Order: sequence, then C-alpha cells, then structure tokens
Amino acid sequence: MSVLVYTESENGNFKKSAFEVASYATEVAKQLGTTATAVSFNSNENESLGDYGISKVLHISNDSLKTFNANAYALAVVQAAKQEGATTIIVSSSADTKYMAPLLAAALEAGYVPNVVAAPESTSPFTVKRTAFSNKGFAHTQIHTDHKVIGVSNNSFGIHENKTEVSIEDLLISLKDGSFGTKSVEIDKVIGKATIADAEIVVSAGRGLKGPENWGIIEELADVLGAATACSKPVSDLGWRPHGEHVGQTGKPVASNLYIAIGISGAIQHLAGVSSSKIKVVINTDPEAPFFKAADYGIVGDAFEVVPALIEKLKEFKAQNA
Amino acid sequence: MKILVCISNVPDTTSKINFTEGDTKFDTNGVQFVINPNDEFGLTRAMWFKEKQGAAVHVATVGGANVEPTMRKALAIGADEAIRINAKPVDGFFVAQQLAEVIKTGGYDLVIGGRESIDYNGGMVPGMIATFLDMNFVNTCISLDVDGNTATAIREIDGGKETLSTSLPLVIGGQKGLVEESDLRIPNMRGIMQARQKKLSVIEPITATKATQDVSFDKPEPKGSIKLVDTVDELVNLLHNEAKAI
Ligand SMILES: Cc1cc2nc3c(=O)[nH]c(=O)nc-3n(C[C@H](O)[C@H](O)[C@H](O)COP(=O)(O)OP(=O)(O)OC[C@H]3O[C@@H](n4cnc5c(N)ncnc54)[C@H](O)[C@@H]3O)c2cc1C
Ligand SMILES: Nc1ncnc2c1ncn2[C@@H]1O[C@H](COP(=O)(O)O)[C@@H](O)[C@H]1O
Repeated sequence: MSVLVYTESENGNFKKSAFEVASYATEVAKQLGTTATAVSFNSNENESLGDYGISKVLHISNDSLKTFNANAYALAVVQAAKQEGATTIIVSSSADTKYMAPLLAAALEAGYVPNVVAAPESTSPFTVKRTAFSNKGFAHTQIHTDHKVIGVSNNSFGIHENKTEVSIEDLLISLKDGSFGTKSVEIDKVIGKATIADAEIVVSAGRGLKGPENWGIIEELADVLGAATACSKPVSDLGWRPHGEHVGQTGKPVASNLYIAIGISGAIQHLAGVSSSKIKVVINTDPEAPFFKAADYGIVGDAFEVVPALIEKLKEFKAQNA
Repeated sequence: MKILVCISNVPDTTSKINFTEGDTKFDTNGVQFVINPNDEFGLTRAMWFKEKQGAAVHVATVGGANVEPTMRKALAIGADEAIRINAKPVDGFFVAQQLAEVIKTGGYDLVIGGRESIDYNGGMVPGMIATFLDMNFVNTCISLDVDGNTATAIREIDGGKETLSTSLPLVIGGQKGLVEESDLRIPNMRGIMQARQKKLSVIEPITATKATQDVSFDKPEPKGSIKLVDTVDELVNLLHNEAKAI
C-alpha cells in the first residue's frame, strides 16, 4: 500500500523534478501512514532517492526503454503499481510525463489531477490544490476513485531532504511490440541549455525588441545567468523565435524562480503563463505597461541600453562571487 | 478518412476569472465563450485534411445546450456535422468516457483533441480516450501528416521536438503548430448560413465514473507593489540580497 512515485531520468541521471516529486511522495506517504517507493528507468543514481525519503526503488533496466515512449512507460508504471499494491501515484509536470500520465490514469481507472501545487489538504476525502484557468486561479479538487494520479507542478512543493535507508530492486516488466504504439524517428533538442520547463531563471523578450536580429543581447543575458530564453506569442507568430519559446496562456507555463521580461507589455494572456514564477523583473520603455503592475522589480528604460549594461554588471558580479 | 475533432467550450482568453456561490463555481457572468484555442488549431488542420486528402470532419462536445453557439461556429468554419453529448463536463475521466463511446460507434480513424483546455487545464481527455479505445496517441502535437494508414507526427518536448511514426487509428492532443495563427479561419457569412442547415445531434450520456470534483476555487494573492529602480547596479543588488534570486 505504499505511495509510488515515477522518477524521471535522462541519460541515467535524475532530472531535478525527480527529487521534487520524491519529496512530495514522501509527504503523501507520511500523511497516509505508509512508505514511498520510486519507480525509475535506466537510472545510474537510484541510491540518491534515499536522500528525499524514498525507502524502496523499483528499477527498470531495459534497453528498449532508453528513449521515452509514453505508452510503454505507462504500462511499466502500471506493472510497478500492481506489484507494490500502490494506489496513489505521484508524477511530475514535464512534457513527457504529461504525455504519459493520462494513459496511466486511464489504465488504472484513476482520477488524475495535474498542476498540483501543495501537499494534499486532506487524504479523506483526498483533496489537493492545483492551478486552474491557466494560472489565473486555483481549484481544490477531490479524487473519488481508489487509484489516484497526482501531477506535481514544477518548482511548487520544492525539494526536501529526508535521509532514509533505501533498498533497490530490479523490476522486470513484460512489453510486447504493440506496447509502444509510436516509434521515435528523430529527436531535435538543444543540449546543455536550460529549458523553460526546468530553468531556475527565464529571460523572455517581446515585440519591444523590434526584430529577430536583436536577440543577441537576450541570448547573452540568458547565457550569463544560465537561463532559458522565452518570448511572447506575437514574437513566435512572427517567426522571430521558435514556437517552443512562446509562454503564456496558450503557450508554455513558466514556474521559474526568476522571470525577466524585456519589451513585453504584459497582456493578460502572457501574465497568466508566468504567474507561478516567483520573482518577476520588467524592463520596458513605457511606465504604463501593464506588466509593471504584476512584477516585483522594474526598470523603465530602453532594452537596447539597459540589457547590455545589465550583462556587464552581471559579469562583474559573477567574477566577484565566483 | 473519418475525423472527429473534440471541442471544449472555454472562456475567452481575455476573461477575468471570478468565482461565485461561496467560491464553489466559476462565475460566467459577462464571460464570452469560445472554441478552446488548442482545438481551433486542430479543427483547421482537419479542414486541410478534408480539402487536400478528402475526409469527413465531425466535431463533438460534452456539454449543455449553452455550448451550441460554439458548435455552430465550428460548423461555420467547415465541419460537416456536430454531436453534443448532453452532460456537464465536470471531470476529464468522465468526458473521455463519453467521447470514447461516440468514437467507437462512429468508427473514426483520427481523433483530434487539444493539448489542454484553457479553463480546467486537465490535459487528459485525448490520452484517456486513446487508452480506453486502444488507439495510438501523440500529445503536444505540432505537425501531423497521414498517408494511408501511416502517420508522421511531431510533438513538442522540453527543449525541442521529436518526430514519431505511428498509424491510424490515432488520437492527438494538438496545439499551435498543427497550423499557424495566421491559418485560423474566421467564419464568413456563407459558412454561418450553411452551418444552420448542418446536422447537430444531441445524444444522452452513458453511465460513467466521475473520478474527480472541484469543490472550491480561489485566486492568487494580489502582488505587492513593484520596486522601480534606476540603475542596473541597484537591480543586481536587490536580486542578490533581497530576492535571493541570483
Ligand atoms: C486567444 C489569444 C491567446 C493569446 N495567448 C497569448 C500567450 O499565451 N502569450 C502571450 O505572450 N500572448 C498571448 N496573446 C497575445 C497578447 O494579447 C498580446 O498581444 C501579446 O502578449 C503582446 O506581446 P508583446 O508584449 O511582445 O508585444 P506588445 O504588446 O507590442 O508590447 C511590446 C512592449 O515593448 C515595449 N517596448 C518597445 N520598445 C522597447 C524598448 N526599446 N525597450 C523596452 N521596451 C520596449 C513597449 O512599451 C510594449 O510594452 C494571446 C492573444 C489572444 C487573442
Ligand atoms: N467537454 C468536452 N467536450 C469535448 N472535448 C473536450 C471536452 N473537454 C476536453 N475536451 C478535449 O480534450 C482536450 C483536452 O482537454 P482537458 O483534458 O480538459 O485539458 C481539449 O482540448 C478538447 O479537445
């Protein structure tokens, strides 16, 4: 009857969100008076989950699962849940996990609640708080089914250390060719750069930048900060930046610690997508830009002057604090 | 090819979000409802299939009579037929079971849904349908080509994209990229007139599990007031010492 958590890894290493969902699972297990078990795929660092309260890891080592496949992963997690007798399953909010979670929930006839931002408010009835209306509000949602799948929002619950003795067991799963459903042909992904989904800092720019040729300063600022780059919707509609960078209500949500908005007016659809970011900084020539009402710090000024100065200052700051 | 586009009826993106009846209900007062943006991209992609490769395009919604204007709009854009399942869409699991029943009886080859509905943000209905009916599934789909029974899809992943090959019957959770913003169609007078003649059938729901229920809502705390600074030196100092963000 343990709580099961799916801990996501890439090239054998856990993603940061794996430790956050492990911490969350540990909290849920505590509330339910049980222990937390993780299921991992081809991970080289299973022991590290013990740092976050996990007492058992079911490790699936399987070459056909080196590349993520939503269907096959869902089937494997179902098998892990059955073996553990687990009815409560915790997952993250990455793109891959949001692909897999509905498949998992349907197979287990589980109520699925994504975008959960806090520990359960009650376990009977099971109630969680999640974002709704594209971050313009929160819902308190009850799950009525025996099986439950909880998707934890990135950067919401946080990572909590809780050193625990952990045992690692290999889990053999049975998959058929038909378990895959889709076949990965090509993955085109930026390597070694923070992504909007997991970055601590996101540097985002809008139509105020005037044209794609001016993005050099945005990328340089992101580089200095180790940040991901993002943009407003018109910027991606105009083809100045790739679609994957568009944030907001109809784009990606951002839940970083720091969000720097440069030349973005702050339309309601844009603000919805960034409301979960903790600290927001605005750089805009127009003191009346609505974004100033939704931010923590601001500079009224021209991006083409402020951003290069900020890059210089940050380089200096980094040299001093290195 | 027989295509079903699943459409959810959502508040327009400019809507102010308020709650009523002791914060237990979304306040629809003064709110304009539209086709969920992710579904609108999917509907337009379906029209291209129809025009370029030949396909019948139906749309389905789980909802009360209040969703019919949104369905008429989908018909005016060019869908051939609409189906309304007469039930409140209270829970994604419930909605997916209703749609799965329609898809099974209708014999659809391709089901186009959205990545998520922008109101309750479940991001679950298309994937659940695929599992209930043992159909293939691609989520966050930004490109789809179908040739006979085989399909090539591109999906957005964190930090990039992945190309997948798969086959019909297929369900996708689509979004912008399936078509571009500038490809979206505004219904013209002729489309609106034709839509009035098109079939909009209303069917009763099957018995199905309601797995979850939103019991109450609230809004984020209003932001405290902003600190405006004059220099980047001050900004870096505040971000480091006060916000502890760098
Ligand atoms: C259905 C729908 C969904 C939408 N979804 C989204 C969404 O998900 N995300 C999103 O972002 N938008 C979305 N939008 C669009 C949104 O309404 C705004 O149009 C958009 O966010 C504006 O982008 P922007 O701030 O880059 O451009 P603008 O509104 O043109 O603002 C540019 C800003 O740059 C400032 N500026 C100009 N020059 C400089 C300079 N030299 N230095 C500094 N600042 C300067 C200006 O003062 C201005 O505030 C949506 C719209 C609709 C209708
Ligand atoms: N009530 C509904 N009727 C028809 N389709 C729906 C309904 N709710 C959700 N969908 C479809 O499922 C997608 C994802 O919705 P959701 O899982 O609610 O985020 C939407 O973009 C629609 O395509």
